[in-house]
Amino acid sequence: MQAAQDQARDQAHDQTLGQEHDPSRDPVRDPAQERRGGETLIRLNGVGKRFGSMEVLTGVDLRVRKGEFVSILGPSGSGKSTLFNIIAGLTTADRGELQVNGEIGYMQQKDLLLPWKTVIDNIALPLVLKGHDKKQARERADAWIERVGLRGYETRYPSQLSGGMKQRASFLRTFLASGELMLLDEPFGALDSMTKSGMQTWLLEMQEALGATILFITHDIEESILLSDRIYVLSSRPGVVKEELTVGFGGGDKRERLVDPRLLLMKEDIRRLL
Amino acid sequence: MNRHARFDQRLYPVAALLIAVALWQAIVTLARVPMYILPSPLDTAQALIDDFGIIVRHVGITLYESALGFALSVALAFALAILMDGFAVVKKSLYPILIVSQTIPTIAITPLLIIWFGFGILPKVLVIVLVCFFPICVSLVDGFDKVDRDYLNLFRTYKASRLQTFLHLKLPSALVNFFSGLKIAATYMIMAAIIGEWQGGTEGIGVYMVRTKNAYALDKVFASIFVIVLISVVLISILDRIGRRATHWK
Repeated sequence: MQAAQDQARDQAHDQTLGQEHDPSRDPVRDPAQERRGGETLIRLNGVGKRFGSMEVLTGVDLRVRKGEFVSILGPSGSGKSTLFNIIAGLTTADRGELQVNGEIGYMQQKDLLLPWKTVIDNIALPLVLKGHDKKQARERADAWIERVGLRGYETRYPSQLSGGMKQRASFLRTFLASGELMLLDEPFGALDSMTKSGMQTWLLEMQEALGATILFITHDIEESILLSDRIYVLSSRPGVVKEELTVGFGGGDKRERLVDPRLLLMKEDIRRLL
Repeated sequence: MNRHARFDQRLYPVAALLIAVALWQAIVTLARVPMYILPSPLDTAQALIDDFGIIVRHVGITLYESALGFALSVALAFALAILMDGFAVVKKSLYPILIVSQTIPTIAITPLLIIWFGFGILPKVLVIVLVCFFPICVSLVDGFDKVDRDYLNLFRTYKASRLQTFLHLKLPSALVNFFSGLKIAATYMIMAAIIGEWQGGTEGIGVYMVRTKNAYALDKVFASIFVIVLISVVLISILDRIGRRATHWK
């Protein structure tokens, strides 16, 4: 049964692989993208989804290129998580095309660490599930543990960690699961604001260090501007892409965006959209 | 819990029990209650000392039956719980029946088992399985059931196989439930063995109790009750300790 599901999922992912690329449908090109110039890792064309009589998503077009940080910004009930589930292959879209190149790691607001495994074994879990032996998986996880600031906590259990530490462990696990393509679903939503701002800075550093491609869900406007190269603004019920925005300033060091007056202007623009 | 609180927790029940025993002794002595009506604590202790060898031999048989029945219950419970977890049809068909089956009085089934399987050890083991299997199986099924959907989805994104999902996710998360079911089963276990022995058999502490009761040697009946309670308490605390070690992350 599981095998059949896997197959169906793979087919869903591959359903557009043979399709011609149509440049006229590309969103507006921007310098940041040109510089990164990566291949498209995720492409959605007119994706729609309904649960019963309720239209959750309608005609969603979206693309994520290699190395990009793209946010999906929307109020609750805008189908953001459904969109992620579709991209991750957990649900299938009713309409539209979906193309994903590469393996996806999916991280949620809940850390979803297994309470009976130590930090290092939690992080190494996706490798073990892929068939690596335990020792080798632990070594690969251990090589990154310094970077996520969990050195010294390897043999602790999740219940002994703070909220921020749990999310860092969860992030590293997601990274090891996927390699480079990461879906982050409000990963900092449950953290207090001080921890949250520290984690945002940390995430930017991590993305740079790992060269990861990140698709990020949030309902925090400032967070999306601070972190992203591009932002898709979703409306609520049904979720429709209202606007695709490029964050055109502070491309060098995104942390400087926090003190840039353009952040406020953009924030106001987005607020008007929602 | 600190040491003081733990001491407190034990002190009160032990003190209450000691007072009750002292009262019991006083009443029997002062009112001169005959032993065939109510033996005193001292009579009971004396009987335990006198018959210690015989009681130990019978208890040994009972424990052997219990161990067999318990192990069989755990194995059966696991097999059925995994089947029910894996196949919705199995669960939908069997789970309600399983619950209704618990309303059948064990004491009425036991003579039938003895008629079918004789006076040997088998009917006793079957009674134990009938009683112990249910709490273990239900706790396991519920444990597998309550695994968070988000965790299951996480394992799906990792493309984990069913076996991997079971070993890394479902089994450990059901462990807490499993041990509470195990503890309930352990409290019933010796009792079930005695019900089996009581209604027909040649050895075991239940048989010893029937014989001493028929001889109005109530001091010996009380002595065996004391031993049974003591053994049950020890078994439960051992299980508790194992359970706490196995679910140490709690």
